[in-house]
Amino acid sequence: MKMTGTVIKYGDNVDTDVIIPARYLNTSDHKELASHCMEDLDTTFASRVKDGDIMVAGWNFGCGSSREHAPIAIKASGISLVIAKSFARIFYRNAINIGLAIVESEAAADAIAEGNVITADLDNGVLHNETTGEDYAVEPFPAFIQTIIENGGLVESIKNGSIK
Amino acid sequence: MAMTMTQKILAAHAGLDSVEAGQLILVNLDLVLGNDITSPVAIKAFNQMGKESVFDKEKVTMVMDHFAPNKDIKAAQQCMMCRNFCGAQEITNFYDVGQMGIEHALLPEKGLVVSGDAVIGADSHTCTYGALGAFSTGVGSTDMACGMAIGKAWFKVPSAIKFELKGKLQPYVSGKDVILHIIGMIGVDGALYKSMEFMGEGLASLSMADRLCMANMAIEAGAKNGIFAVDEITKAYVKEHSDREPVFYAADEDAVYEQTYVIDLSEIKHTVAFPHLPENTHTVDEIDEIKIDQVVIGSCTNGRLEDMAAAAAIMEGKKVAKNVRCIVIPATQKIYLEAMEKGYLKTFIEAGAVVSTPTCGPCLGGHMGILAEGEKAVATTNRNFVGRMGHTESEIYLASPEVAAASAIAGKIAAPKEVL
Repeated sequence: MKMTGTVIKYGDNVDTDVIIPARYLNTSDHKELASHCMEDLDTTFASRVKDGDIMVAGWNFGCGSSREHAPIAIKASGISLVIAKSFARIFYRNAINIGLAIVESEAAADAIAEGNVITADLDNGVLHNETTGEDYAVEPFPAFIQTIIENGGLVESIKNGSIK
Repeated sequence: MAMTMTQKILAAHAGLDSVEAGQLILVNLDLVLGNDITSPVAIKAFNQMGKESVFDKEKVTMVMDHFAPNKDIKAAQQCMMCRNFCGAQEITNFYDVGQMGIEHALLPEKGLVVSGDAVIGADSHTCTYGALGAFSTGVGSTDMACGMAIGKAWFKVPSAIKFELKGKLQPYVSGKDVILHIIGMIGVDGALYKSMEFMGEGLASLSMADRLCMANMAIEAGAKNGIFAVDEITKAYVKEHSDREPVFYAADEDAVYEQTYVIDLSEIKHTVAFPHLPENTHTVDEIDEIKIDQVVIGSCTNGRLEDMAAAAAIMEGKKVAKNVRCIVIPATQKIYLEAMEKGYLKTFIEAGAVVSTPTCGPCLGGHMGILAEGEKAVATTNRNFVGRMGHTESEIYLASPEVAAASAIAGKIAAPKEVL
C-alpha cells in the first residue's frame, strides 16, 4: 500500500467527540459525516482537506467513544492515512476493520510539520518526507491484521470466508 | 504460563489452554451489544457480509438509549432500522422505549451478563461488565456486525495493570472518586491496550454500584477492559439477577502485571475532573470557587439506584440553587420505579430538579440538557471533552453523585459537608 499526500497536523488526545460530534450521529451517511469531520477542533478542516491528504497527530488519537463514524468521517473526507504517536484501541481496530490506513510513529509525528508532503510505503514500512527529505521507519502490521487489511476490511474478510 | 484473570477468560473463549500478552486470537462471544447510534452502521455491515441470520438470536442485544425517546426524525429513522432488523431476526433482547434503560445499567440488571462471560458492545463503556468478573470491551460497529454474523471477535491479548485495594471509603466518598483518582494518577492513556484488574481486601467495602462505575470508566484510562476479582458480593448480585450459570475465574498467584498500584480507599477524597480531560483531576478541598449553571445526575456511570439514593440523601429538604438547572436521570425503568417508591424522585422534584426518562441524552450532547456558550456543568457522566455536552466553549466537571448533588444545592462545586 502506497500513498502521497499533504499533511494536516493536530496534537495529543484528539477524541472522537471532536472528530465527529455526537449531534451528527443521527446519520450514518458517509458524505454527511465527512462534512462535519473535525468541526469542534478545526472548523476549516472540511473545507480545506483534499483527496489523499495525510493526517498527523500526537498521543492517544481517537480516544473516547467507540463510534465508527469517526474513522468513517476521516476516510470519507479524503484522508488517505493517519500517522499518530499512538491510537486509542477502539479507534485502532475500527480503522483496520473499515480499511482506513493508520500507522504509529512517534518520530514521524514529531518531525512532520503541517503542509509537508509525505509518501508512505506501508508494505516496506517507510514514510518519506518529500519536503525535508527525511525518512521514518514504521513497524509492519502483524500477519493477522495484515490479512484483514489485504481483504479490504473485516466485512470482506467475513464475506470471503478468510475469517469464520 | 501464569495468566491474569482477563487472559484466563480469553483463553477459555478461544478454546486454548493458555494465552500470552500480544497474541492475536479469535474469541467466542457470549453477548453482542449495540445501541441506536452504533447498530445502524453494524446492520449495514452485517447485510454486506452475506449472512442470512445472526449467529444466535439470544446472544445479540440492542438497546435504544442514546437518542431515545427519539430526539428528531433522523434518530427516529435509526431506531426504526434497529427495530425492523431485530424483528426480522427474531432477536429476543431488543429494548425499546418502555423497556429500555441506559444499556450498561440495563444489561447487568436483566441478568444478560454473568461472571466469566466474554462480551463485546458497540459502545465504549461496554467495559462496565468487568465489575461482574466478565471480560467485556467496547468495539466499533463492524466488529459488532462480525460478532452478530459469526459470534466471534478478534483480540490482541492484553497485558495488565494490577490495582490492589485496601482500606474502606470515607462517608460520602464513592467508586466515582476512586476511578477519577486513578485516571488522574495514570492519565487518559495510562492503561492503553491493557486490562485494569482490581483486587484486594478493599473490595469488601465496594458495592456493586461502585464497581460498575469504576469498571465503566476503565476506557477513560484507555484500557481494553476493567475487571474485578469475584467475591461474595459479585456472586450474590449475579444470583439475584440471572438464571444463567456463572463461571468464576481468578488470576494465577504468579500472574505477571506491568505495574501494581496499592490504593488505600480510606485516603480517597472527593475528586472532580476539570475540563477537558478526565485526567485533569483535583480534590474538592483544594479548588477555588467555581460557579455552575447545570448539574446532571445519571448516565451509565452513575444512574443506578445507589446513586439516586446518595443524591437524594444530600438534597432531602433543600432547594437547588437559583440559576442552576438540575437534571436527574434514573438509568433504567426499574431504577426509576424503585427511586419513586423510595421517595427519591419526590425529593428531587421538591428540591427543584427535573427527573427524566432513562436516556444517555445530555452525557454525549444528544438532547435533554445541552449547554450554551460559556456554561459550566457538574455531571456524574464519564467524559468532559470539548463540546461533549453542547457548545465547544462550555465546560464539564466530572464528579460523584454526592458532589453533584451538593453542587446543585450550593450553586458551585461543593463537597457534601458544605450543604449538610
